[in-house]
Formats: sequence, structure tokens, C-alpha cells
Amino acid sequence: MSEPNLWQSGGGTPARTARPYGQGSSANLADILERVLDKGIVIAGDIQINLLDIELLTIKLRLLVASVDKAKEMGIDWWEHDPSLSSHAQRHGLADENRELRERIARLEAGSGSEEAEETAPRKGTR
Amino acid sequence: MSESATYVYAVTRGLDPAGLAAVRGVEGAAVHLVPDGDLAAVVSTVPLAEYDEEALKAKLERLDWLEEVARAHHGVVDAVTARGTALPFRLATVYRGDDRVAEVLREGRARFAEMLDLLTGRVEIGVKVYVDPAEVSAASAPAAAEPSGSPGKDYLKRRKEQRRSRDDAWERAAELGRRVDAGLVPYAVDVRHHRPQNPQLSGARGENVLNAAYLVDAGDTQAFAARARKMDGAVPGTRIELTGPWAPYSFALTEKPDG
Repeated sequence: MSEPNLWQSGGGTPARTARPYGQGSSANLADILERVLDKGIVIAGDIQINLLDIELLTIKLRLLVASVDKAKEMGIDWWEHDPSLSSHAQRHGLADENRELRERIARLEAGSGSEEAEETAPRKGTR
Repeated sequence: MSESATYVYAVTRGLDPAGLAAVRGVEGAAVHLVPDGDLAAVVSTVPLAEYDEEALKAKLERLDWLEEVARAHHGVVDAVTARGTALPFRLATVYRGDDRVAEVLREGRARFAEMLDLLTGRVEIGVKVYVDPAEVSAASAPAAAEPSGSPGKDYLKRRKEQRRSRDDAWERAAELGRRVDAGLVPYAVDVRHHRPQNPQLSGARGENVLNAAYLVDAGDTQAFAARARKMDGAVPGTRIELTGPWAPYSFALTEKPDG
């Protein structure tokens, strides 16, 4: 049986080598595993490999997904790439804002008794 | 002499055994046929000690061993498909000898014949749609917002916009997947939707949003491929990938699975 130029693109550039079967040696491992493990006729052999084992195995293979790399790929990588966190100026801006807030909380927690002292202290003093 | 076992690759019909003379299976073993009437199982003899319960359990965990066996298994199925129609068996289906395989053939005859009738003259073509999240996001990146004076607020705003543009990108990619599927179904006899592939395992660039297998009449494969190519590149940052033709792995099932 021949499938001439099955994957030949219209423009004449082979998008994929025409390869009627016989691709066993070069097909993508993921494509092969997906088929030989998950698909095909399932009949219990005399050797009982638990089908559950195979399912667990494919799950394990899929679980390679649940990694940091995957998170990055899904775009959950803001801690690395966000300019507001990686740029120096921005980081200082955020830090300043935080310090001001902390100082304000400290003043509030110190209560009215020390308010006077707080007010007279230099804003960015060396206490 | 140590005990041996019989590894089954596929069931086929009307296959000339001479065509398999040069084909090698798992462990580099020669392949032979176990006939029962016009049906035959394609098998090879393997050392039982290497394929008993304990050995398989241990070895299936090793990706290098798994790859070797998977490729050998697929290689035999492929060789059969080139010469006839193969009903591929699941990896590592092992019996205690050729006699047992003949028994299984006899018992399953009606079912095997029915499936062979359905699959003869048809091939499986794999279609995957990928989206490159970075590329798609870049194409729809939000304009930089006016700074509000508060870095914290700005940050949250930016995050929200990034998330929205990424959601848009995913939505468009998923929509493309549905469109490609709808566009190809008329050219196919049947379709199975597989779970999207793990990019770490496949090594493919981008995120897999459609992973489907189509059962196509051998005479329609050109038209099918042409249709798929036509839709390729319709959305920037996405691409369509065809694989196969494969033996009808995805359709050699007893029951139609969900999705």
C-alpha cells in the first residue's frame, strides 16, 4: 500500500516526509506510548501485568507535567519575569511603600501616648 | 533450556508469513504467525524470566526499557500494517506459549473478525493542534497602563491584564482546536479525542490543545491532509501537526471510550 506524498504541502515543500508506515524507528515516543500503552486490544495475558499498573505508569508519565517547568509554561512565572519585581527601581518603589505602611502601623500600634514623640521624630531618622 | 513465553503484537487476517521474515520484535527476536483459520496472531518468543509478572512490573517503570519495547512493539505493528490490517494489542500482552495464543484467537474470533472488517482499508491519522502561549500572548499584549503612583496597585493591574490576555489566547487556541476538529470530521469515518500531550514527554514546542485520531479511508488520506494543511496557520502562534498513517490503534478497542 502506498501513500504518495501524503504530507506534501500544496506548495511543493514537504511539510513532513511522505512515509507510508515504516515510521517505527522515528515516530515521536509520546505518540507511540500513547498508542501502545493506552490504545489497542486489551486482553488479559497469562502474565498478569496489572492493567492498573499500566494506567499508573501513564499517569506517572503525565505527572511529569506537575512540575515547576509546567508552571512556567502555563505562565505561572511572574516571580521571575515581572518587571515590577525584577527591576531595581520598581523593587525600591514597592519596598518604600511597604516601609511607609509598616511605619504607619507602628505609629498606630504605639497608641496616642507616644504620638507626640512619633511626630517630633525625624521621618527617616536613625532611631 | 529456560522457559519461554509468547509476546503478542497484533491480530491480522490473510497475511503472508514470508513478508515478516526480516521483521524483528522485542529483544530483537524474529516474528512468526500463530494461525487460526484465516486469522493469525503476530508473535515472537521471549524468555519467560524477562517477561514474567515480576520482571514486567519492575521494567515498566524504566523509561529506557519502556521506550525500547514500545518502539519494537510499534515496529512490528507497523510492518504488519504495511502488508495488511493489524489489530494492535496493548504493549506487553504475554502468554505461556503459542498454544495459548491460538486459544485466545479461537475464543475471540467473532470480535476480531468484526473489528478487522471495520478497519480494513482504513488508516489512523493523528492530528495535534499546538499553541505557543508566548507568541499568542505577545500578539495580544495589553498596552502599558498609566502608572497610578502606587507600585502595588500597578502591579496588580498589570497581572490582571496579563491574565486576561492569556485567557483570551487560550480561548482562541481552544476554539481553533474545535474548528480544526469540525473541519476534519467530514473526511473521516470516526474520531477519537485523546488527552493533550505532555510537552515534556513529546518534546514539542508549545501547548497541545487538540490531540485527536481520525480513522480515514485509505483513498481519502490525501484530501484529509490537504484539509488539515489549509487550516494550518489560520491563527498566529498556533500550528497543526499530522502524524501517521498509523495502524488503527485508537479504534481497535472493544468499547468506544468517552471523548
